[in-house]
Amino acid sequence: MSSRLRLNVWIAFLLAPGLVVMTLFVAAPLLSSFRYAFYNFNGVLPDTFIGLANFRDVLFEAPFAATTWRALGHNAIVFAALMITQNGLAYLIAFALLKSLPGHRIHQTIVFLPVVLSAVIVGFLWKLFFHPLFGLVNAALAIIGIHGPPWLGNESTALGSIIFTNAWHWVGFPALIFLAGMQRISKETLEAARIDGATDRVLLTSIIWPLVAPSTTIVATLTFIGSFNWFELPYVMAGATGSPGGATDVLGLYFYRTAFGSASSGLQDFGHGSALAVLMFLFLAITSGLGLRYLRRREIEA
Amino acid sequence: MQHGERGKNALIQALLILNAVIMLYPLAVMVLSAFKTNAELFASPFALPESFAPANFSRMWSETSFLRYLGNSVLITAASVALIVVFGTMAAYAIARYPFRLSAAVFLFFLSGLMVPLKLAIIPLFIQLNALGLIDTRAGLTLIYVAMGLPSAVFIMTGFLRTLPAELEESARIEGASELRTMLAIMLPLARPAMVIAAIQNAVPIWNDFFFPLVFISTDALKTLPQGLTVFMGEYNTDWGVLFAGLTLSALPITLVYIALSRQFIAGLTQGAIK
Repeated sequence: MSSRLRLNVWIAFLLAPGLVVMTLFVAAPLLSSFRYAFYNFNGVLPDTFIGLANFRDVLFEAPFAATTWRALGHNAIVFAALMITQNGLAYLIAFALLKSLPGHRIHQTIVFLPVVLSAVIVGFLWKLFFHPLFGLVNAALAIIGIHGPPWLGNESTALGSIIFTNAWHWVGFPALIFLAGMQRISKETLEAARIDGATDRVLLTSIIWPLVAPSTTIVATLTFIGSFNWFELPYVMAGATGSPGGATDVLGLYFYRTAFGSASSGLQDFGHGSALAVLMFLFLAITSGLGLRYLRRREIEA
Repeated sequence: MQHGERGKNALIQALLILNAVIMLYPLAVMVLSAFKTNAELFASPFALPESFAPANFSRMWSETSFLRYLGNSVLITAASVALIVVFGTMAAYAIARYPFRLSAAVFLFFLSGLMVPLKLAIIPLFIQLNALGLIDTRAGLTLIYVAMGLPSAVFIMTGFLRTLPAELEESARIEGASELRTMLAIMLPLARPAMVIAAIQNAVPIWNDFFFPLVFISTDALKTLPQGLTVFMGEYNTDWGVLFAGLTLSALPITLVYIALSRQFIAGLTQGAIK
């Protein structure tokens, strides 16, 4: 065997396992998911080609369309709320950590601790805390004389309660991304601003903020993808139907119910499920692509 | 001026401590509640438990399949991470250390997996696993996780392996070492820190994952810990002490590892987001 051939065999050997797994479980499924969306299913097998009918159903026809659009609206609320509360708080926590006060490493470890826990654990824990009669939240409110609502049972408070839980679970992640961004700002820049008499408020709003633009890009993109794929926390805290009355229904739950059935419908519908998945994929790809373009341009201007 | 600075720092320290309390207090309540009876829980939710007798924990232990779920999670996570690191390092080594014609295309093929939320391909994955007879098996779940983790592992390892100087390989070759020996004895020991990052980055989401087992695993004896927790929370929903014990035990393994390796965890999990 020539040495060139031997080397090629060696390279092929190194690449083969990874390429096989990627082909079987990433590339092939992805390509099929586009194809399946155009089929009517009989159980788990594609049956007849029906063109765009599945797409038309989930976007414009009863009973699918109303649920699709309501769920999309909820995802948008989740994204906006997390950007402001979770990531806003994370930005302030990062600034506090940047000061390197005594114990800052321990604070870093603590704020990141919930991030390593499963959404299932966090979701159940807060579900117990939000219990109307025996939960910790209403017990605490009772001490100051407030009669708390059934947080997860009320249409007006359920989504907000789950968003709060998400913020508690994840705030450490954007905080440490922002912190890493702030630590890259040169000491001289910050010193110069201080000598010019810049207060912390000025530092935060007009000096650090533009300089951490790359971190903001990453945080916004990850929050966007996470918000529109939101599944585990609402599934654990509000069930597959997004109770009460669909007030917490999001696209991830609707997709799961459609594809794999729920207690109420019990039916698998891979055709409509695939159409929803393809639409979600296209929506995520196009919107985050455009968003990224905007955010990158913003980084350069800063 | 100096005085004001000190006052402000004290205020910021106080806010950081408040934040730490908000992060830790719910977890402390979880652990303390695991030692309480229902009556105690409802009458005095904020008090310390009357005793630290592990009654709720022993019920978890003897009445539920907790240990089995834990074992499945350990097995699946360990197998997935091992395969991700081995396959990922092999592919990255080829891409980083040998010039070959399709090198860039192969690298892009792996990286394209970074852009794709594999959850959205759950229907074709279901059909694929079904065709391979791997539905409702731990092996099937493991393969999905390997596919999910390979792109980031290849990305991290290729980036790292490219930084190693070429002289290392050349001197090994001059001494007559085979390609395999050069890789295993000379190059890969240097890449250990990058392997740790790649391993942690994948271990945590796999250990915590709920979506894929929910869809693929239906036999109770094969369920993972997060999935088993949902079974258990339904069965004991009137017995809060036991519920808190279940949550505490489920959170315990990863919390202990996190406390021991917090720096590596933080580096590993934020790696993809910080360049």
